[in-house]
Amino acid sequence: MPSKRMGRVPKKILQHELVPEHRVLSLEEAAELLRRLGVRPERLPQISINDPIARLLGAKPGDIIEIRRRSPTAGESIYYRIVVTYES
Amino acid sequence: MAAVRRTEARREVLPAAARPAYRTEERYIVDAIHFGVLSPTEIRKIAKVTLVTYTLYDADGSPVPGGPRDPHFGALEPGEICPVCGNTRNDCPGHFGKIDLARPVIHPHYSEFIRDVLQTTCRACGRLRIPPERLRYLRSVHERLKTRWPKLARALEAQVKEEASKRMECPHCGARQFKIKFVKPLHFYEDRPEGEILLTPTEIRGRLENTIDEDLELLGLDPKRARPEWMVLTVLPVPPLSVRPSITLETAMRSEDDLTHALIDIVKRNEKLKREIQSNSPESVIESYWFLLQYSIAAYIDNELNIPFVLTQRRKRPLKTLAMRLRGKEGRFRGNLSGKRVNFSARTVISPDPLIGINEVGVPIEIAKILTVPVVVTPYNIDELRRYVMNGPDKWPGATHVYKKRQNVKIDLKYQRDLKSVAESLEPGDVVERHLINGDIVLFNRQPSLHRMSIMGHIVRVMPGKTFRLNLLVCPPYNADFDGDEMNLHVPRLEEARAEARELLLVEKHILTPRYGGPIIGGRQDYISGAYLLTVKTAYFTKEEVQRLLAIAGYEGDFPEPAILKPKPLWTGKQLVSLFLPKDMVYKGKAKINAGALACDGPECFNDSYIVIREGRLLEGVFDKNAIGAEQPMNVIHYIARVYGHSKAREILDTMYKMFIRMLEIRGLTMAYSDIEVSDEAKKQISELVEQYRKEVERLIQDYKEGRLEPMPGRTVEETLEMRIIEVLNKLRDEAGKVAVSDLDPFNDVFIMARTGARGSDLNIAQMAAMLGQQTVRGKRIHRGLRNRPLPHFKPGDLGPEARGFIKGNFRDGLDPTEVFMHAVAGREGLVDTAVKTSQSGYMQRRLINALVDLYVDYDGTVKDASGNIIQFKYGEDGIDPMLSYHGKAVDVDLLIERAKVLFREESK
Ligand SMILES: [Mg+2]
Ligand SMILES: [Zn+2]
Ligand SMILES: [Zn+2]
Repeated sequence: MPSKRMGRVPKKILQHELVPEHRVLSLEEAAELLRRLGVRPERLPQISINDPIARLLGAKPGDIIEIRRRSPTAGESIYYRIVVTYES
Repeated sequence: MAAVRRTEARREVLPAAARPAYRTEERYIVDAIHFGVLSPTEIRKIAKVTLVTYTLYDADGSPVPGGPRDPHFGALEPGEICPVCGNTRNDCPGHFGKIDLARPVIHPHYSEFIRDVLQTTCRACGRLRIPPERLRYLRSVHERLKTRWPKLARALEAQVKEEASKRMECPHCGARQFKIKFVKPLHFYEDRPEGEILLTPTEIRGRLENTIDEDLELLGLDPKRARPEWMVLTVLPVPPLSVRPSITLETAMRSEDDLTHALIDIVKRNEKLKREIQSNSPESVIESYWFLLQYSIAAYIDNELNIPFVLTQRRKRPLKTLAMRLRGKEGRFRGNLSGKRVNFSARTVISPDPLIGINEVGVPIEIAKILTVPVVVTPYNIDELRRYVMNGPDKWPGATHVYKKRQNVKIDLKYQRDLKSVAESLEPGDVVERHLINGDIVLFNRQPSLHRMSIMGHIVRVMPGKTFRLNLLVCPPYNADFDGDEMNLHVPRLEEARAEARELLLVEKHILTPRYGGPIIGGRQDYISGAYLLTVKTAYFTKEEVQRLLAIAGYEGDFPEPAILKPKPLWTGKQLVSLFLPKDMVYKGKAKINAGALACDGPECFNDSYIVIREGRLLEGVFDKNAIGAEQPMNVIHYIARVYGHSKAREILDTMYKMFIRMLEIRGLTMAYSDIEVSDEAKKQISELVEQYRKEVERLIQDYKEGRLEPMPGRTVEETLEMRIIEVLNKLRDEAGKVAVSDLDPFNDVFIMARTGARGSDLNIAQMAAMLGQQTVRGKRIHRGLRNRPLPHFKPGDLGPEARGFIKGNFRDGLDPTEVFMHAVAGREGLVDTAVKTSQSGYMQRRLINALVDLYVDYDGTVKDASGNIIQFKYGEDGIDPMLSYHGKAVDVDLLIERAKVLFREESK
């Protein structure tokens, strides 16, 4: 559950070089991803709804966020995380 | 107490493949295991006897009924018939008993659950302290989350606990609530207006009984299997005798298990408490005995709790009670379940045998006669097996047992006088336990088993002697040497296991390691010096020498043409090496000696330090560590293993590499005192250097004393002085080393070893020939010991080189007493470091392995854990198997181009 204590997230964190590119998948894209992986959404890695990036993107619980990361092995790698309302 | 229940056990016969060849019994498959808390009803149900007295035996030594050794706990003695199940000790599983507690007692390991329930439910009506409306809502949310989002359900439960514990008035009945104070692990106090009141277990249990199942589910409990009131014991289960056997000492004295002692203590106190209650003693007296009972039960469950009470054996050794049996390295889990002892294994010292193959292991005959393999008799092997049976258990290759299928009996050949008739009676379907013979596959292991190459499959070669023999080239994966190392050997006994060992574990399949994408198997030390001496430009061999070299490698092709005909035919080492390389091999790369004066950047190299292989011929460059060494990614053996496959690589390791050591047998490789003896000229030069630098240090110290030393940024003057002195003295050592090294013969054996990477470095040579240089502890000059000086040989406060651990002596000429001391001080730091490092990295390894054991790469390339959660969407982000990579990279472009050039040329021919 999003905590009331947290204030606004400054937009500039997106510019930081250690923050990779995040994007919320559309419903169709999300469905296609899950079909391709053949798993149920709860099997995906998770991201807290309180995560600064998730809040900046206005992500809702159940959204899937696509992350394009720089990778030392593959150059670029794509990762997906589902937005959840708790932190594990 | 965890109840392990088998729900709906499916009766199923294991497939024939999964059981030993001659066993056919039926097995059950466990579908599910539920963990819960035993209820008093259940404990009473399983109990076959009630403990009422602590006396073990009566006057004539027979067990007292109702005592801790009551026969109803199960038959243990030979010939004893169990009064409960009627079985003898072989078939009686042992039976539980119980102790009816005079007053309830809190289970110390469940007290935190008890706290949660007490803090969140009403002390009067037992309901969860949450208004009915909200409760209904939370329950429906929880219901939906429970199965699919267990983590979310846990989070909700935590919130429920927080909400309910804050409410100090019951929303159901309006009763006022008080704060609960929990003192681990047993005591609960209620913070009432009149003061802090200790809650008795009876009171607590009463409250727990009042709670209702629906409320408990919201707290994360499973009330069907674990009602909270069961966590306050009213009846204590007593384990069967087989769990706590007594041992008879030689003196015919009986010694009881620690658990029995603990139980005796509990019964004593329970009976005492019972009597106090019956005789209507004042409540304060009863309570004090009640406390004692609580403590001894808590200690019986866990003797390492933070309570002011420990169960001891005659006031000395603490008893080893239930929790201690399970916990820790030697506990049931780590000691017995994840680390089982096995049969059909052997352990002995290892020693080297350069003549056997890398896939082989030498096994002493003595061991081969004990380790056996079951072989099913068929028309095809019956003659061979008959021979084994005829030889019996004591003559290798023989057999130890025969299992007759039709008669369903097992014959121990040890007690069989007429081996011949047994051999003749063999018929297809029988099973012979035969000795280990040449060609069998076994698993070979050296601890610590840090990576998968620590256990590999080897082909048995039975030989005389008492040690395991192994090829020197497989030392690197095991990290083995022969200074007394021991290794373990295991015999896979099922056909499937043997096939897996051959196909997956065989040494040759592990030439490449997944750790860094390179060969882990390869030459070390003598192999490297040998390869260099064989392939240097100056090495020419006579016909006899070529014959010796090729013979040991088992070469069977045509005898090569000599490279030089006159005055007598001579062959080059490069020629001989080329005989073993694949005919179309292409390779380019720097040799290890490609450095300093011998550096070259490409094939046009006059120093012979750039390796060029074309059409399978070593045209240029020497073989040294970079070509044939172990753990050198992108070297020749790596390339061969990748391009021509691991069995070609193995072939080369088993043939060409043998020439390298034979080369040393022909030429000899040794180290003499004279190899590190510098000329008088150089000695003079070195002592001049010492004088020169000593003056420099003195100047620095003088500057410091007179306050003229400029501190470096961010440093004190003292630190600056230290750093400057170390800098100067390191320069001295380096220059002295350079003088010595350039004075010595660069082609003596010591230098050959250092340059080719076989052993040692230029620094080692400098320390032998010139000077050891500054000794340090934690990166600082040695300064501790006495007051203001490390040794009484120096003046207090002496900052000069010698007084702070600079050694201008060398290993060849020897060290002064003070120098020896300084060297020992610095040497100890190294020893301490390794000791600390191994223990710390061992612990980290354990943690990592436990965290990662059940991750796997799925068929779609994703990495998942045991429950199917995705960890990575592509293994390693690039989906590359590091074992098949070129030092982590998917392809080696340079080699591809080089190879393509050659193939293209061939095509256009
Ligand atoms: Mg050793
Ligand atoms: Zn029995
Ligand atoms: Zn109430």
